[in-house]
Amino acid sequence: MPNEIKKYVQKLIAKGVREDGRKMDEYRDIKIEYNVSAKSAEGSARVTIGDTVVVAGIKLDMGTPFPDRPGEGTIMVNAELLPLSSPDFESGPPSIESIELSRVVDRGIRESKAIDFTKLCVKKGEKVWLVFIDIYPINDAGNLFDAAALAAMAALTTARFPKYDEKTELVDYYTRTDKPLELEKKPISITVLKIGDKILVDPTDREWKAYDARITVASLENGNISAMQKGGETPLSPEEIDKMIELGIAKAKELRKVLDKK
Amino acid sequence: MTYAKREDGRKFDELRPMEAKVGVIPRADGSAMFKIGKTIAYAAVYGPKALHPTHLRNPETGIIRCNYNMMSFSGSGDRIRPGPSRRSKEINLVMAKALSPVMDLSDYPNTVVDVFVELLQTDAGTRCAGITAASLALADAGIAMKDLVVAFAVGKVGDKVVVDLDYSEESFEEGATDIPIAVMPRTGKLTLLQLDGDITREEIKEALEKSKKAVKQLYDVQKEALKAKYEEK
Repeated sequence: MPNEIKKYVQKLIAKGVREDGRKMDEYRDIKIEYNVSAKSAEGSARVTIGDTVVVAGIKLDMGTPFPDRPGEGTIMVNAELLPLSSPDFESGPPSIESIELSRVVDRGIRESKAIDFTKLCVKKGEKVWLVFIDIYPINDAGNLFDAAALAAMAALTTARFPKYDEKTELVDYYTRTDKPLELEKKPISITVLKIGDKILVDPTDREWKAYDARITVASLENGNISAMQKGGETPLSPEEIDKMIELGIAKAKELRKVLDKK
Repeated sequence: MTYAKREDGRKFDELRPMEAKVGVIPRADGSAMFKIGKTIAYAAVYGPKALHPTHLRNPETGIIRCNYNMMSFSGSGDRIRPGPSRRSKEINLVMAKALSPVMDLSDYPNTVVDVFVELLQTDAGTRCAGITAASLALADAGIAMKDLVVAFAVGKVGDKVVVDLDYSEESFEEGATDIPIAVMPRTGKLTLLQLDGDITREEIKEALEKSKKAVKQLYDVQKEALKAKYEEK
């Protein structure tokens, strides 16, 4: 992005104004659609935040456990920054941005113990369910981190196990059972940006490119934090971090309401 | 070998229910969503813009480049590994060939128009849904076109010549022939033709004859979608 636009956004924010007229702590409208790829995915959802659109799908596969965790299944999060969704993304192997996005979403779910991995065990040391969470932005109008995490959680809430035949040891994807993928907790990720001396949430794509620092905070119903990630090259003081966490937790409550409305 | 009735109750020359919308990806220069039955395709267009790598540049004209991808969870059965496959690479090629005849990029030498197609859910006919969506996205981008392009499959299921096979028909136990076609509606000429199966010359003729009604219907769906974007505002 040209420097002029970045400087323009920074100048606006310094005056306490956002391009689209929102308050610093104001989110755009959020919409969640469920089962958008129900034919093949075991769970799926599309999240819209303003003009940002992200889809997520769940595939459940039978695999072998890690040798050090014989009684546990696991999750695998994969986000691909599709060139379809923004002129800034290019085809090719996963970029560092998409890897960071995948890993931040992964940690939010994994570390909160949203899924009890022991419940994914079918036969200790031999057969466990693997939960693949694939995330794709359709339109990147900013705040992909929060939208991706929300889409992943929304898709997980719709997931149903396919039939597993213990004799043939094959998954029958054409027969879905009623058994849901149980969620113990629902972590919600909020990314708080620092631009100049202001902090704000739910950035547009232009604001995203103008930040000095950012922190993604994944928090639970009780306000506890299950994952964080700082980005950007500007250092933050403990006081600033505390303020950003406070805002992150407060906004997570709003998003949780949208997720629980289902 | 008899296929007396279609599972979903359609007539043998009937397309599945369709939905089309343009401008669904505001960050792209042009975009569209196209749904036919349970197959859902998104398409986005970027360009014309400078082509990289430069050795692919054509000083006489711009070129069109397609990028087809099925989301990992969108297949029938197992999860699909991310990244290009031999299948998707071939589809990129035939999609570009299906679309380029309606384009005139001679005013934009050394450039590329990138077309990205993503499948959210699939029930056969994905390359055709992709071409139909891409054609809409190109029009939405305001790139000069001689015509739109509509695409769907014709073929044979058991003993019946049919239009728009779904997955259950494509994998019909007693045999099916799948013929994906793309057509320029104004001239009726074909820009995509592939076939796999077992079919006679007469049956191909019959299938192409039966496709004519569907071409018109799909063309109408496209025109409505393009008009709808401007009527809303």
